[in-house]
Amino acid sequence: MSSEATNSSAGVEADRMAGAEPVPGSGKSDPILVADGVRRSFGGLTAVDVEHLEVQRGTITALIGPNGAGKSTLFNLLTGFDRVDRGTWTFEGVGINGRPGHRVARAGMVRTFQLTKALTRMTVLDNMLLGAQGQVGERMAGAFLRNVWAGQERANTRRALELLERFKLIDKRDEMAGALSGGQRKLLEMARALMTDPSMIMLDEPMAGVNPALVQSLLEHITSLRDEGKTVLFVEHDMDVIMGISDWIVVLAQGRVIAEGRPSDIRSNQQVIDAYLGAQEDDSAEARGSGDD
Amino acid sequence: MDIVSILAESTRSAFGPIAAIYALAAIGLNLHFGYTGLLNFGQVGFMLVGAYGVGISVAVFDLPLPVGFAVGLLCALVLALLLGIPTLRLRADYLAITTIAAAEVIRLVYRAGFAEPLTGGVYGLQNLADGFRVLNPFDGGERYGVGALSYNGNHMWVLVVTWGLVALMCGLVWMLMHSPWGRVIKGIREDEDAVRSLGKNVFAYKMQILVLGGLIGALAGCMLAVYQASIQPDQFKPQVTFFLWVILLLGGAGRVFGPVLGAMAFWFLMNFTDGLLRGMGSMGWFPFLQGPDYGAIQLAFVGVLLVVLIVFRPQGLIGDRKEMLINVK
Ligand SMILES: Nc1ncnc2c1ncn2[C@@H]1O[C@H](COP(=O)(O)OP(=O)(O)OP(=O)(O)O)[C@@H](O)[C@H]1O
Ligand SMILES: [Mg+2]
Repeated sequence: MSSEATNSSAGVEADRMAGAEPVPGSGKSDPILVADGVRRSFGGLTAVDVEHLEVQRGTITALIGPNGAGKSTLFNLLTGFDRVDRGTWTFEGVGINGRPGHRVARAGMVRTFQLTKALTRMTVLDNMLLGAQGQVGERMAGAFLRNVWAGQERANTRRALELLERFKLIDKRDEMAGALSGGQRKLLEMARALMTDPSMIMLDEPMAGVNPALVQSLLEHITSLRDEGKTVLFVEHDMDVIMGISDWIVVLAQGRVIAEGRPSDIRSNQQVIDAYLGAQEDDSAEARGSGDD
Repeated sequence: MDIVSILAESTRSAFGPIAAIYALAAIGLNLHFGYTGLLNFGQVGFMLVGAYGVGISVAVFDLPLPVGFAVGLLCALVLALLLGIPTLRLRADYLAITTIAAAEVIRLVYRAGFAEPLTGGVYGLQNLADGFRVLNPFDGGERYGVGALSYNGNHMWVLVVTWGLVALMCGLVWMLMHSPWGRVIKGIREDEDAVRSLGKNVFAYKMQILVLGGLIGALAGCMLAVYQASIQPDQFKPQVTFFLWVILLLGGAGRVFGPVLGAMAFWFLMNFTDGLLRGMGSMGWFPFLQGPDYGAIQLAFVGVLLVVLIVFRPQGLIGDRKEMLINVK
């Protein structure tokens, strides 16, 4: 993919983030997602309480934080899979709070789940085809018009096979998704989400359970998504991965955004080290030292 | 005891009008449970409103039979919407509880004293089949068929029409399930949230399937009214729904012909065990059993057969065992 004036010139991360301040709730020059006062509590526990959050278009933004920080809950809220107590947010400038999950997805914001949701008793290819949008044959009356949807089906199948090829699942296309391994299901879920052709993709721990060799290729996929102009927001615990590919990092603790910034800002942020990184920071610093160049 | 005539009689019932009517109702249930995973424990409620749509239109208002069918189907549509709107957004168990209760409440309302001017109360409605028999190409006084498989003209007519409807509905189900629409439906059975995350309006799909399966159930009810020419509310007890579930699991849920084979096998078994037990009884094997006891023993006997089937063939007669096992792990 070339073209896209905004991205082709953005060779370095500093340009992509275009002078955003590394402080919690900082404004971005071209935000695709803007959330305000988003709050959700379960009984007495406030799981999410985000004052202000902006996600820059065309970047890879990591959402990190300790277990139970509210990362998945925030995903659920923003994508319409859970209801906020209060708060508003806009996607591509349009307010989408209160919209049900399927309408958020249609707007172009598609998410995956921490606990992988493969449709087990369907083939891998059928899983993929479910992701395609605007299918005539998915309407009840349209289902009977085989010659109308057959052409669409062929085009979708072609695209699905391309994606499966990219995700190394092409040999499994006719197998039941339930017969895949845990890591393969993660890959399938991500490929299926891409099948919807989203403008923003939200991945909840996409690397969990994926073997290190495959992690590398997943990272390449994620980077190439950004280079195609898509926005990626992902939750991850592996610091090497996060520091390696993120343009921006948002740190959540006890439901609040405690820090934001480029990887270099986060590494040296004392509050983050206290809340989350702790000893882990030393390890990843070493790993980086040997890994760079 | 004449084992040959018992077998002949059982075979006759496997192809008879009742088996066809149950096959039709089970096709509706297959759409609900087999393909979508909706737990409908009140399919008999849809049959009831279908049957009474015909009954009330024909017997009380003297309307032509097609109007009766239309009224029955319309009632089923309303019932499906009433059941679905509050429950389909909730977890699957809520639909189960609501449908089983609703079907029973409907039966009690239809048999209540205040409803008697319309429904005939506990006595039900009679003389419902004239409009159907007028169209009968067979002679009501003759018998048709070969050997044991013969039926009188009126039953033959019901049988042909009902099996015709069964074939039509199987074709409809096949077309729907081999389309992208059917793919979404199967996706919902596997995981609603995943399907929702891909931009599909899960609620709307579930509503469509609830209505469609309910309409097919109501059609079975209409045919029952026409077949018997009379209906009573107490034919629509919850056990009918459970027979339908047995039929579905016996034949194979989520298969186009599952409900059809299931209905035939079920009615064969019912009549065969009944004939067998009575035959043995008449030879003095069960001196402790009175007339009505046979029914209870026979049901228990069918139950045991089903347990054996589920242990050794959990996927039903034509289900896919591989597909079934995937979900277990
Ligand atoms: N449905 C729920 N009911 C009650 N409490 C919940 C529910 N979902 C989440 N919580 C609570 O909200 C908090 C945030 O949970 P969440 O799943 O968002 O954490 P997370 O940041 O994704 O953690 P992890 O890294 O372990 O996935 C936790 O304390 C959790 O116990
Ligand atoms: Mg989580």
